[in-house]
Amino acid sequence: MTELTQPLSEAGGAGVAGVAGGKGASLGELARAGIAVPDGFVVTTAAFTAALAAVDPDGSLRASVEALPADDVPLIAERAGAFRERIRAAPVPREVAAAITSAYAATLRSPDISDMSPEEPDPGVAVRSSATAEDSAGASFAGLADTYLGVRGAASVLEHVRRCWASLYNDESVAYRRRIGVPETGLAMAVVVQRMIAPRAAGVMFTRSPVTGDRSVVAIEGTWGLGSALVAGDVTPDSFAVSKVTGEITARRVSAKERLHAYSPGAHGVTVSETPEHLRREPCLTDAEIVALASAARRVEAHYGVPQDIEWALLDGDAPAESRVVFLQSRPETVWASRDAAQIATPLPRPADHVLSRFTRPL
Amino acid sequence: MDGFPLPSQIGDVPGAEDWRSMYPYFTRFQPEDDKRFWFYNSMHFPEPMPAFDTVTAEIPYQAIGSNTARLFVFPTTLGIEHRIVNGRVYITANPVLDPAEVERRAAAFGPRAAHYYENWDALYEGWKERLRGLINEIESVSVPELPEWEPESAVFSARGVSQNHYLLENFRKCLDLYSRAWHHHTEMLMLGYGAYVVFFQFCTEAFPEISDQAVARMVAGIDVIMYRPDDELRRLARLAVELGIDDLFADGADPGQTLSSLTDRGDSGRRWLDAFAEARDPWFHVSTGDGFYHHHLSWNDDLTVPFAALTGYVAAVKAGTLHDRPTEELRAERDRIASGYRSLLSSAEEQAAFDQMLGLCRLVFPFVEDHKFYCEHWFTTRFFQKVKAFGALLARFGVLAEADDVFQLRHTEIDQALSDLSLAWAAGSPPLGGSHWPPIVAERKRMLKVLRDWSPPPALGPVPEALNDPAVRMLWGVTSERIESWLHPSADEVVGVAASAGVVEGTARVLHDVNEIGSLREGEILVCPVTAPSWAPVFGKIKAAVSDIGGSMSHAAIVAREYGMPAVVGTGDATRRIRTGDRIRVDGDRGTVRVLEGHGSSEHGPEASS
Repeated sequence: MTELTQPLSEAGGAGVAGVAGGKGASLGELARAGIAVPDGFVVTTAAFTAALAAVDPDGSLRASVEALPADDVPLIAERAGAFRERIRAAPVPREVAAAITSAYAATLRSPDISDMSPEEPDPGVAVRSSATAEDSAGASFAGLADTYLGVRGAASVLEHVRRCWASLYNDESVAYRRRIGVPETGLAMAVVVQRMIAPRAAGVMFTRSPVTGDRSVVAIEGTWGLGSALVAGDVTPDSFAVSKVTGEITARRVSAKERLHAYSPGAHGVTVSETPEHLRREPCLTDAEIVALASAARRVEAHYGVPQDIEWALLDGDAPAESRVVFLQSRPETVWASRDAAQIATPLPRPADHVLSRFTRPL
Repeated sequence: MDGFPLPSQIGDVPGAEDWRSMYPYFTRFQPEDDKRFWFYNSMHFPEPMPAFDTVTAEIPYQAIGSNTARLFVFPTTLGIEHRIVNGRVYITANPVLDPAEVERRAAAFGPRAAHYYENWDALYEGWKERLRGLINEIESVSVPELPEWEPESAVFSARGVSQNHYLLENFRKCLDLYSRAWHHHTEMLMLGYGAYVVFFQFCTEAFPEISDQAVARMVAGIDVIMYRPDDELRRLARLAVELGIDDLFADGADPGQTLSSLTDRGDSGRRWLDAFAEARDPWFHVSTGDGFYHHHLSWNDDLTVPFAALTGYVAAVKAGTLHDRPTEELRAERDRIASGYRSLLSSAEEQAAFDQMLGLCRLVFPFVEDHKFYCEHWFTTRFFQKVKAFGALLARFGVLAEADDVFQLRHTEIDQALSDLSLAWAAGSPPLGGSHWPPIVAERKRMLKVLRDWSPPPALGPVPEALNDPAVRMLWGVTSERIESWLHPSADEVVGVAASAGVVEGTARVLHDVNEIGSLREGEILVCPVTAPSWAPVFGKIKAAVSDIGGSMSHAAIVAREYGMPAVVGTGDATRRIRTGDRIRVDGDRGTVRVLEGHGSSEHGPEASS
């Protein structure tokens, strides 16, 4: 029988494809490629299938969702909403709950990469949905699935795993699937559970410019604290570009970062506040950190062979920058991949012909 | 809509209302000039123009324009026009915009340009010969001595023509040679830049965010003449230590004193002086400026600059810290960058095109980088010294107070003064110029001082929809972004060309002249009008460089990249807005300099002499 949970470092590995979902598989592959990712486990699609078998034993609920017309927004909201309620209300099957509880306990015992609060017994976890259809180069479901930060205690983990399962039937996700005609049968949702980290800074980066498509740069955006401030559009991030060829930082724009999403284990958990005045206009990354991030991004790009879209975090502390880089996600870049330009130039009979042809039209 | 002032809206600087009297009528703004976009050529003319020095605009522009528009028939551009207002030179380029006209010109341009590109190295060899010929000619122009009587030999050889006849002929010969030198200067340069423009545009299409510096680094030559004068100084410093005569190169020693002491040091002294003599010709013909003003002298004209550097190098040799340029590493680095970009191209076809364009650039670049030594440095410093010799003659006859005053006269006025002198010498009377010119010279010197404090607008006239002239973009770096920053200047930020990457904070040291390098302290940030090869020794001490003048291929940019220090060049006015002692942040990635704390004294360092 397929495992109900997998350590993150094994997720998506050979022979277990499909069960970890896109995000889980990608994190597993990153870990195996030597990139630091927060420790954790994947609740596999087998666990989802077992849970859904209890909620929708004959598949009639899924059939009714598949029959929804793509443009009937109120009807989608009504049926998807009802389905989500069923999933969230149903108790997690006993053997699934046992597997999650045990994997969660193992995660809490694992060595902590961020050496955050060693005296704190429960640093909390992030619970992130990992759908099977998402995160592929062809159809990005970016932002359509759910992530919960700072979840503490086995009961709460189980509750948030159910929420992630239910998020497969978010109104927007269902509407999107109906628009592009993805069948509902065979869809499944894995869930990633990872130890929380409290980064000094976090953000996203692309191994080609998201603005110009330039393949010779790594474009980095970041802000203080958790990257959620940036992903949620709560802050204008700092942005940097690093040349892959010269290794130089070729662009930097430091913004006034007004809002700060931070995490501390314990009662406060995730907090949203005004950024302290003295930090707002300070760059959130040092040059060494920018270079370390770009270098890790290039390793991942080389590993996959195509430009990547990465979520990163940078741990606090005095250790060298390269040992503080953590990746939270990496997936193929989709925007420019689909519009790569035609040939810019072709060889001509004589080198001088390039000049002659160029100067025959206004510059 | 916001924009720049119109030429007609520029008022005279109070106290210098008579500035027009210094310049020819054809440099004045006309009413219809209000319809065109002009920009201040601070790159070549960062100071108000002394009357004579306007030849460095008049002659280069007639040479550039005729070569692009008439000789090679560049399809998209004609020539450059210049105007002078309040002593400052503004220019505009005449692009060809009509597609039919571009096509008609292209048919002529093709075979003409191809001939040069395909025979480049051979043509360049011939070019060097011609330039050396012009340099010999300018050095051999004789300035008549006008003795009381002609020597007897003039009679016995039946020369028949007296010396005063040669006053005008020989003076005009100087201008004639200067014009020829500039025609040759632009003969190959515009084609050289053409190859660079094409490669540059390919790179920015393939890699929209590539920096100017990265393109420049793929093309830059390693063994270029520009480094030679500095290499010679290092060699002489090593020789001095080797021969045990290094004690003579002490801080602040007078070069003349050092040279005469060397003659008392026997064989060692003689060996060093021989090596020195060999290095001087031609390498000490390097200019302390870039050849657009008469006060840009050569090392040979003023030995204090090379000797100040020698002192530092001798100390470095003794401390074991003098290193040669790592040419092998630089070459490897250049090839690594080129192959890095090449490998990111999307197809073998594009890579083949890239190879062709880069190859063409590397073919033309030895000329692009070395021509300045022959033209702006060697020839031009000889030219100004010769004109100064005519000034000395006029001073000897009381027409001028001193030789340098000749540069306060337009060349047509010098013609008049020489005619006056010729008549007076023949008639046996004093020249009338003695009462005519000195007050004019004094007034012009006074006006130039007043004009120096005027801050010229970076541009005049309506903002163009498109900048179509390759020369304007490549030589002067005038791009849409640049115009935007001129329109919306930041109060405490100086904007220029990002010439060498990195960000650094430190204390500014504003040097107006290379002679002041003694005041520079280790780890300071150099802020200067322009750097030339004679400034090279400075770069071992500083942590960043900022200049008023220059583009991404300028001397300061190239040397800064070699030292791996941030540099911002072509700021236009950094030496005015930054004071020695200010704490500044140099951002060589974005091309900006920010004054963080204005601790600096408000006194200017000594201005370059005029």
